Amino acid sequence: MDVFGSFALVLAFLCAAYAFVGGVAAILTRHPLLIKSARQAGFATCALIFLATGSLVYLFFSDNFSVAYVVSHSNRDLATFYKIAALWSGQEGSLLFWSFLLSIYVFSVLLAYRNKNGELMPYVGVVMAGVQIFFLTLNNFVASPFKVLGTPAANGAFDLVTRTDGNGLNPLLQYPEMVIHPPNLYSGYTGFTIPFAFALAALLARYPGEKWIHLTRKWTMIAWCFQSVGILLGAHWAYAVLGWGGYWGWDPVENASLLPWLTGTAFLHSVMMQEKRGMMKVWNVWLVFTTFMLCILGTMLTRSGVVSSVHAFARSSIGTWFVGFLAVIFLVCFTAYIYNRDYLKSENQLDSVVSRESSFLFNNLVLLVACIAVLSGTLFPVFSEWLSGSRISVGSPFFNKVNIPLGLLLLFLTGVGPLLAWRKTSFDSLKRNFGWPAITGVLAGAVAVILGVREFYAVVCLTLCVFVAVTIGMEFYRGAKVIRARSGASLVASAIDLTMRNTRRYGGYVVHMGMVLIFVGLMGAAFNRDTQKDMQLGSSLQIGPYTLVLQSFDQKAEKNYTAERMIVEVLRDNKPVMMLYPERRIFHGNEPSGTMVAISSSWREDLYVVYAGQNPDTQAPVIHAYLNPLVKWIWFGGAVVVFGTLVALLPNRRAVLVLSGAQQSAAAPPLTQVLNPSMSLREGHD
Amino acid sequence: MKKQVKFGIGIGVVVLSMAVLAWLGYGESKTYYHTIAELQTLKGADLTHRMRLGGTVQPGSIHRFSGRVDFVLQGEGKTVPISYVGSDPLPDTFVDNSQALVEGRPASDGRFVAEHVQAKCASKYEAAPGGDRSTPSDPTQRSTM
Repeated sequence: MDVFGSFALVLAFLCAAYAFVGGVAAILTRHPLLIKSARQAGFATCALIFLATGSLVYLFFSDNFSVAYVVSHSNRDLATFYKIAALWSGQEGSLLFWSFLLSIYVFSVLLAYRNKNGELMPYVGVVMAGVQIFFLTLNNFVASPFKVLGTPAANGAFDLVTRTDGNGLNPLLQYPEMVIHPPNLYSGYTGFTIPFAFALAALLARYPGEKWIHLTRKWTMIAWCFQSVGILLGAHWAYAVLGWGGYWGWDPVENASLLPWLTGTAFLHSVMMQEKRGMMKVWNVWLVFTTFMLCILGTMLTRSGVVSSVHAFARSSIGTWFVGFLAVIFLVCFTAYIYNRDYLKSENQLDSVVSRESSFLFNNLVLLVACIAVLSGTLFPVFSEWLSGSRISVGSPFFNKVNIPLGLLLLFLTGVGPLLAWRKTSFDSLKRNFGWPAITGVLAGAVAVILGVREFYAVVCLTLCVFVAVTIGMEFYRGAKVIRARSGASLVASAIDLTMRNTRRYGGYVVHMGMVLIFVGLMGAAFNRDTQKDMQLGSSLQIGPYTLVLQSFDQKAEKNYTAERMIVEVLRDNKPVMMLYPERRIFHGNEPSGTMVAISSSWREDLYVVYAGQNPDTQAPVIHAYLNPLVKWIWFGGAVVVFGTLVALLPNRRAVLVLSGAQQSAAAPPLTQVLNPSMSLREGHD
Repeated sequence: MKKQVKFGIGIGVVVLSMAVLAWLGYGESKTYYHTIAELQTLKGADLTHRMRLGGTVQPGSIHRFSGRVDFVLQGEGKTVPISYVGSDPLPDTFVDNSQALVEGRPASDGRFVAEHVQAKCASKYEAAPGGDRSTPSDPTQRSTM
């Protein structure tokens, strides 16, 4: 099976090379058979990558311990669930998994548009094949997952070695989140290849901007959604498993996943300027180029350890390949831009400072400044070494100082932007749209101050969260009221009807609402408390309103680890509330220990209790307790964001018929109006 | 032109205030990476920086006192005595011969006072995604192709 997998990968490489070269030839000659054969080669590449991935999965399931990668990441005892996760738990498998996910996207794109957009698709195919060639080069020649174990024999031959059992999977990775987090994040990283391929193809083919943007919108949203979920799951894993009491540490790898999310979010917003007003064309093209390059950079930071991460000590040579690939991407994009920049002329200019356009502009500015700040902070050790010879890193204070105000500014724009009219907004409409939200927001902030909250950012955040939530609520209410007046249905049914008529707009509002909830959760971090104490049986520790009493402490030998277990009783106002069971697992052999955090989560706060080891002097067990307010809102907000994105991906209930007609006539200027028939509900918005 | 000026001012305010905040954050949190050999050649103001050192824990050098753990970190043939004064218990991975990263400042008596210690054993696992991989302790590897 390892030979089969290797062959599949080599053939995939050859097919991708043909798809690329044949595609270029097809573009130059316009020969229909060449176009078709290049496309078929694209399909074949994907199919072969599926086969290679399948054979690696088979090697894991059949416990084939002659393959180095299987030995390093699995053993016979490993649960089935985690044998799948073992696929992406190391370097070689992760890179194959990248190719695999990319192939799913490429396959879907080739299939969906096989008879459409004839003048654009050959270019798209070439760009996608180019990206696949790079990853297949890594899979085949740099980090092959199908290497077998062997020892050199006396006669110079190579004797194969088969182990009886593997080393097993790192226990830190044996958590459900770790099974779903990497596929999500990688689906995000790989997914941005598609808008990138379309943008570059459109630029090369001088294809109309609003058309490629329309084509890629759903692909971008899918990638964005996966990226968002991946980031949140990663944060949740860090929170629930690593046991340091937080969910985000500005670790290089975390930052790497945030960077394309920031530019991707900027892109999702700024394309609306191009769709509606024909502006920002150069900006949009470069945003999507940048997003893709940041995805490659993110993969590189994750896989190469260029910047020492919390858990990274050594370095790997694979970084050089990625740097080379990034340079190639940049050169290709830059050349394409220089040759075809006249096609990206803007059709309109900004009319007013208080307009939808300017809110998008500032939204993009904020996201981009945040991206630059995070990027420069992450790569600071590398740059400072180049410039001054000394490696300097920056920590959380740097990232927090910049990103907290930027986040709040973004939150403000989230509330304001969607309600400003295109071109110019009148004072009356400002008053009508923002009067109540502003009043309730300020009231909420004032109440918080009266109740004794003194953290400046937290008060601002609360004010803005209420402000934005009320603007969104009012939007739904007003629209639903109009529908109710016509149909007589209930307000909730009308709101659902309203959403289904313009899924893009109201799904977008739901996503915004989810972001508000996430901000509420992040705001809680301003009030985090923690305390640590050496405990004896029966002794207690006070944190916030809770008293923790150590009821029992013992050691229990399990199959491959020894568990040091605590039973902690939690009292509130001297009444027992619950029992918590923090635990530490000392794995046999020279392996890292695992912390099993006990978390009691409510909407108000998380009580997070860690068994932090024994005091070396007294051998007393140490409890580290954290009280983290509002954390649950982050995970809930994430679910709302996903829900909103799915709503926005649905076709509009009424526009479906009109849409297909409009596409055939291909009349570009009226398209945007036809797409949003329900816009007549309120003039001047969206 | 007036509109452009307004936009320019808006953009300028955002970018400038962020630059100031970034500078403040940088000053507060910058940490220098040094090797043990480099540490011994540092002079003057360079010795007052917050810094991070990486090395291997010398076997038998760990001595625990109340409120402090002393050990010796070695690398590139040089050694440096470390006093760990942080409040968190040392990680379980912190044992003789483990790789350790310490963060803190050099003291005037030649010791290095560390506030944070991270440690990693020679593991049979590859590091977590997010971490980096260590060389697998397998026999020679060979590709089938």
